[in-house]
Amino acid sequence: MRGPHDIGGLEAGPVDTDAHPMTFWEKQIDALNQLMAQKGYRRTDENRRYIEQLGHDVYNTLSYYERWAASLSRVLIDKGVLTQDEIDAKVAKVRARLGQDAG
Amino acid sequence: MQEPAHTHDHEHDHGDHGHTPHAPPQPDEKIHSYYQVLGLALKELLIDKGIITADEVRKTIEFRDSITPATGAKIVARAWTDPVYKARLLADGSEAIHDFGLDMGGTHLVVVENTPAVHNVIVCTLCSCYPRNVLGLPPSWYKQREYRARVVREPRAVLAEFGTQLPANVEVRVHDSTADMRYLVLPMRPKGTEKMSAEQLEALITRDSMIGVSLPRDR
Amino acid sequence: MPEFTPGTRVRVREDFPVGHIRTPVYIRGREGVVTRKFGTFPNPETLAIGRDGLPAKALYEVRFRQADLWSDYKGGAEDTLDMDIYEHWLIKV
Repeated sequence: MRGPHDIGGLEAGPVDTDAHPMTFWEKQIDALNQLMAQKGYRRTDENRRYIEQLGHDVYNTLSYYERWAASLSRVLIDKGVLTQDEIDAKVAKVRARLGQDAG
Repeated sequence: MQEPAHTHDHEHDHGDHGHTPHAPPQPDEKIHSYYQVLGLALKELLIDKGIITADEVRKTIEFRDSITPATGAKIVARAWTDPVYKARLLADGSEAIHDFGLDMGGTHLVVVENTPAVHNVIVCTLCSCYPRNVLGLPPSWYKQREYRARVVREPRAVLAEFGTQLPANVEVRVHDSTADMRYLVLPMRPKGTEKMSAEQLEALITRDSMIGVSLPRDR
Repeated sequence: MPEFTPGTRVRVREDFPVGHIRTPVYIRGREGVVTRKFGTFPNPETLAIGRDGLPAKALYEVRFRQADLWSDYKGGAEDTLDMDIYEHWLIKV
């Protein structure tokens, strides 16, 4: 009866104490998140709720900042700031620029 | 701003997967690749719409990068050398850090003191609440499942993984940051440091000692 | 709701609503002692659904003995866990 985030007390493996410095991509997502909060687009607890409601499979597949990107996209769509169509179109553009396959 | 061509240096919870250059991408890779692109797409759309500017993103990153564990170390070193400041810090951390030009924004700083009787350890089991405005961004392990799940249940075993052992008669006190309070551990000042300058003291105070998984350096 | 003064023994409500809850499942039904009150804050459960979080809720630091939380706890006998819990999750024992 737990959300995927409510993991206190569960069994888990050893802690990976390596540094894993933040990538530039992660810093951008962190900054986006902070700016959207500062500008009043969503509250911290709304962001958390969206992450919690990703479900166990998605929560545990995505990395920490990928979850933030997922949550941010959903909250912005739900609030009418962006549409899925706009996001899909921009994703295609960014992929093309990065030289990735569409699939 | 142009991103470098497709990179793989993104963080995974579940350990790295191998790549061979000519094999088709596995489903997980496609998902991570999509989310990498989605993050960039969201940034660009928000800039396109004038909701944020590229300059704001840059300044936000710079501000975040400007706060590091050295920031917290300055606060701790002052508390070690100035009993009046230490009392202020323990009574109202949010107010006391104004002396350093720091502010907690919408959260509140609670400083918990290690003593010979009590050793404090901080976690946020539900997400990753962390005193970012005094320590900077949290380390990777603090946000991951293994730490969040286990430190509340077997703190001494987790501390041992960081090389930290505490006597059985010391009370290990874990703080699960579930609300708006952000916790900073005030480590005990190591013996033999009485003649050290502020800079020398600051060098002893590690990020991990202010989270509580380690003790400060003693030299 | 009346105040829980420091030293009051409390139990965490053993309810399991769905939604954004900042009281972890591992602490539900457990007994501890109030150590301090942090003040009143907007309720995160309703902030999470776009409301203003009012009326604000009192927030308490509650201390639990680890031996009371985990039947197999192998650490020190005096080890504790502190958690910040909103008033509406606490029942006076």
